[in-house]
Amino acid sequence: MEQQIFLYCSLFLSFLMLLSLYRGIFGPTVLDRLIGANAIGSKTVVLLILIGLIYERVDMFVDIALAYAMLNFIAVLAASRYFQKRKGLYDE
Amino acid sequence: MIIVVTILLIFGLIFFAGGAVGILRFPDFYTRLHPAGKLDTLGSLLMLIGLALFNLHHLSLANLLTSLKIILIVVFIFLASPTAIHGIVDAGVRAGLAPWKKGEKRR
Amino acid sequence: MNVKNQEHQQDKSPHELNRANSSRRSRVRKHLTPLLLTFFMMFALWIILSGKFDVFHLSLGVISSAIVAFFSADLLFGNQGIKVINLPASWIRFIRYVPWLLYQIFTANLYVLYLTFHPRMMELIDPRIIKFRSRLKGDLSRVTFANSITLTPGTITVYVTLDGVFSVHAIDKKSREGLPGEMEKRIARAFGEE
Repeated sequence: MEQQIFLYCSLFLSFLMLLSLYRGIFGPTVLDRLIGANAIGSKTVVLLILIGLIYERVDMFVDIALAYAMLNFIAVLAASRYFQKRKGLYDE
Repeated sequence: MIIVVTILLIFGLIFFAGGAVGILRFPDFYTRLHPAGKLDTLGSLLMLIGLALFNLHHLSLANLLTSLKIILIVVFIFLASPTAIHGIVDAGVRAGLAPWKKGEKRR
Repeated sequence: MNVKNQEHQQDKSPHELNRANSSRRSRVRKHLTPLLLTFFMMFALWIILSGKFDVFHLSLGVISSAIVAFFSADLLFGNQGIKVINLPASWIRFIRYVPWLLYQIFTANLYVLYLTFHPRMMELIDPRIIKFRSRLKGDLSRVTFANSITLTPGTITVYVTLDGVFSVHAIDKKSREGLPGEMEKRIARAFGEE
């Protein structure tokens, strides 16, 4: 019962990640792609804990989720610091 | 218990869906940040609190510690997500992207 | 610490040696208090993250949180000096601010959700960058205010200058009129700046 609920939640979350991936691939500027990557990352944290509950190993997956949340935050900050020095983002 | 958890999960999924659709539908870079920043944060808050509640149904010390870690992830997301959004906005302003005005085409 | 210095100026003791000694002790205490607070917060975090209670892991935790506290104690609390007696009261005031913030975040998210799924969304929104001056003084209260603005109704903080001018990107007219409003008052109350 619970496994079914978590499985369908994970499937729906993966579908939403595909939607965000559209913005990540076809975004007109670099920063739009960054928004897509950030959205995918924040969904991945929840997805990791759902996977942990499905396999009944939450105590292991929760550490991975915490590390992934920190990694996502640092990656977004570093990429935005790097791209703010480029002029004319709309020209690509 | 399982009913409360399911309701929390469904509400979180609705907010996440709003975030994903909003990133696709809004016209320019600055307005796309609104759904990406707010809806994803509240969606992960609701879903993670639901999962932490579900994890407590066999009460033991290890489960309590795991739920505490999930709450720690929620606190971290609430601190980190606005900061990341602010970093992206700052990059856009310094690169000189003009905000979308009413009546223009979507970019 | 301030109280102690005032007492010291009042009594005007002739023993200069004693005075120098006492002022050195007060300086040491000024550095020691943030160190100890950081140490205990790091150690609580270690216990939650490791989840093991035998002597070996606890001593590893003591050593590593002592190293972290020694290197970054002045990052967490700044150097304006903190009073230990005031700390529980200020934390209680801050915790009382959180439920109101959560309620605001929920209503704001419902509004953004309504905007997202509205079929004629392009005619409803009217984004603009506005500026206003805030009367908050401390660093921590400004950071809290900026993050709260980003999380609530249709607004994102773009930039904060050193003298407290906030640039805010607002998505439509209704969210533009709500600034700075009640949130600034509540944050000023939560950080004791009234």
